[in-house]
Amino acid sequence: MLSIKNLHVKLEEEDKQILKGVNLEIGAGEVHAIMGPNGSGKSTLSYVLSGKDGYEVTDGEATLLGDDILDMEPEERAAAGVFLAFQYPVEIPGVGNMTFLRTAVNAQRKARGEEELSAGEFLKVVREKAKSLKIDADMLKRPVNVGFSGGEKKRNEILQMAMLEPKMCILDETDSGLDVDAMKLVAEGVNALRDAGRSFLVITHYQRLLDHIKPDVVHIMADGKIIKTGGPELALEVENNGYADILGEVA
Amino acid sequence: MAVADVKISGAEALVARHPAPASAAKWANEARDGAMARLRAMGAPMRRDEYWRFTNPAILNADAPRHATALVTDETPVFDGFDALRIVFVDGVFDAAQSSDLSGEPHLSVEHLTDALATDIHWAKDVFGVLEAAGQTPVDRPFAALNTAVAQSGVVIRATGPVSRPVNLRYLHVAEDADAVIHHVIKVDDSATLTILENGPAAARFNKAMEIMVGDGAEFHHVRAQGRDHDRQCVSHMFARVGKEALYKSFTLTVNGVLTRNEHVIDMQGDDASAHVAGACVGEGDFHHDDTVFVTHDAERCESRQVFKKVLKSGAVGVFQGKILVKEGAQKTDGYQISQGLLLDDDAQFLAKPELEIYADDVACSHGSTCGAADETALFYLLSRGIPRAQAENMLVLAFLGEAMDEIADDDLAEEMRGRVAGWLERHSK
Ligand SMILES: Nc1ncnc2c1ncn2[C@@H]1O[C@H](COP(=O)(O)OP(=O)(O)OP(=O)(O)O)[C@@H](O)[C@H]1O
Ligand SMILES: [Mg+2]
Repeated sequence: MLSIKNLHVKLEEEDKQILKGVNLEIGAGEVHAIMGPNGSGKSTLSYVLSGKDGYEVTDGEATLLGDDILDMEPEERAAAGVFLAFQYPVEIPGVGNMTFLRTAVNAQRKARGEEELSAGEFLKVVREKAKSLKIDADMLKRPVNVGFSGGEKKRNEILQMAMLEPKMCILDETDSGLDVDAMKLVAEGVNALRDAGRSFLVITHYQRLLDHIKPDVVHIMADGKIIKTGGPELALEVENNGYADILGEVA
Repeated sequence: MAVADVKISGAEALVARHPAPASAAKWANEARDGAMARLRAMGAPMRRDEYWRFTNPAILNADAPRHATALVTDETPVFDGFDALRIVFVDGVFDAAQSSDLSGEPHLSVEHLTDALATDIHWAKDVFGVLEAAGQTPVDRPFAALNTAVAQSGVVIRATGPVSRPVNLRYLHVAEDADAVIHHVIKVDDSATLTILENGPAAARFNKAMEIMVGDGAEFHHVRAQGRDHDRQCVSHMFARVGKEALYKSFTLTVNGVLTRNEHVIDMQGDDASAHVAGACVGEGDFHHDDTVFVTHDAERCESRQVFKKVLKSGAVGVFQGKILVKEGAQKTDGYQISQGLLLDDDAQFLAKPELEIYADDVACSHGSTCGAADETALFYLLSRGIPRAQAENMLVLAFLGEAMDEIADDDLAEEMRGRVAGWLERHSK
């Protein structure tokens, strides 16, 4: 599904290398987790994959189902199937959540040559999906993320993901700021989307989320590189011992 | 020549370009003469005048308007979808054939300006030129005085109760060199309600004045869409006197036009009154848009809001000069003012001059002004969901204008304005 080879990324504005040769192969239907110390480059990787400005790829490549995504505009990547659940979802005053969702869904359908959803069809689907994430009608009517609590914002990200049905879902610390019940809701939302044709890259600091969303592979990122890859037991090791041992091992 | 001489000869030039109106009733002649004397005393506006520093009055002062071609479009005119009483002016001249029959509309009387001014005893005596004259202090508004002195077109409207249908003043433009002067006089009686809709460019150059007396407990709603002709020039004045527990609400949408100067002078004279003035404009290239607003609180517990949003691109200039004056004794005043410019590229400019002058001690007044580019973080968020860039940018522009649009009380009218802006954005993002 997603193939990242030797990816090097620096900041566009300053001479600062952030990703220093990332290699990652995520097969169709797989769930991979990335853990790693603060500032190691996890969010940067997610931004570079989704096309945010301000980063410069100096070497390497990233392909989605064989297509080079680094050359695409952000909206083209989205239509191709990339989705990022933001670590910090953005508030957009003046744009209604519902309008935003419908515009996004229909823009992607249009880009893929599919028929747009009618207002009625859309409403039906969104209501159903919102309900399972315990997002009430009022939150759908409000401007995008404005005045939402931290947990509500994260659930709203998952709602968008559920509506857009992407192929490659990247979740950047979607668990942070969630209470235990909300975490379960979010995990259920993610698990409901698990499918042979859909892959996940879950960035997290905590084993807890991985109890609910069982990863196939766990990676440890440090200083802009994947320094260790293993099974779910790797996440437990981090939970119990922190990164010191792993970093020591590699050094 | 000394500055004063230039201003005085400028005023003579303004007077000379318009034919003198025929003699009317004594009170009307006196009102016009008074306006003429005011104009001659204050002189024509000049760039160095305090309130013309950001806007060059030259094309408004010029002997003839700059030629402006009337826009040809197959779009339905603004407000066509509304069941309104239409009063149509073509190049500034009333057109009976295209206007509605206004007799028989409950609680409403409409007369032509010239008919009303020729009537010996008329309520308009207390409004015509009176509100304009009061609005000349402390800031000179020479084009308004000119308007009172020479206007021969316009309507005199009185609402004596709740007028259910809006009155739509529609200003069509045909001739390239049309130079129109229109003066409306409006009185909303105590507890009456009236909605005025205005649309169209009116002429190549348009000088419009409206004096509005809003009685105690009355409501006046005003929604205006200034015409889309690219080369049109306009100076407009709204003078309002707002009574006790009355509501005054005005919204203006401007797209295109080389020069637009919209002045608003609102005097809150009765306790517990509300006055909201809002404007949204979108302009590209040779576009200069100026809102100059003066709100006076002269009674207790009045509330006023000024909300102005300007979207500017490729050389467009937006100006906002807004003042809240709270007079002695106007306790518990609640005054709010916001003006914001959204610059879509590096070549646009927004100039703001917010002012507060307060002589009462128990008041809450706030004002703010911001200017900047579109929010990159918000834009990326929209793009990352697959929304194409042009569409995402347009969504953010509409969101930016939202606070001004929200000032329109009627949802359908607000939707009409949003649709018109969306249309402009779509045409301009291609
Ligand atoms: N736009 C930027 N300007 C300056 N520094 C940046 C920028 N983006 C990333 N960085 C730096 O790059 C490094 C990696 O940041 P990134 O946000 O990717 O880390 P992270 O692994 O997601 O951390 P966390 O676990 O705290 O979320 C940090 O040192 C960060 O300060
Ligand atoms: Mg991060």
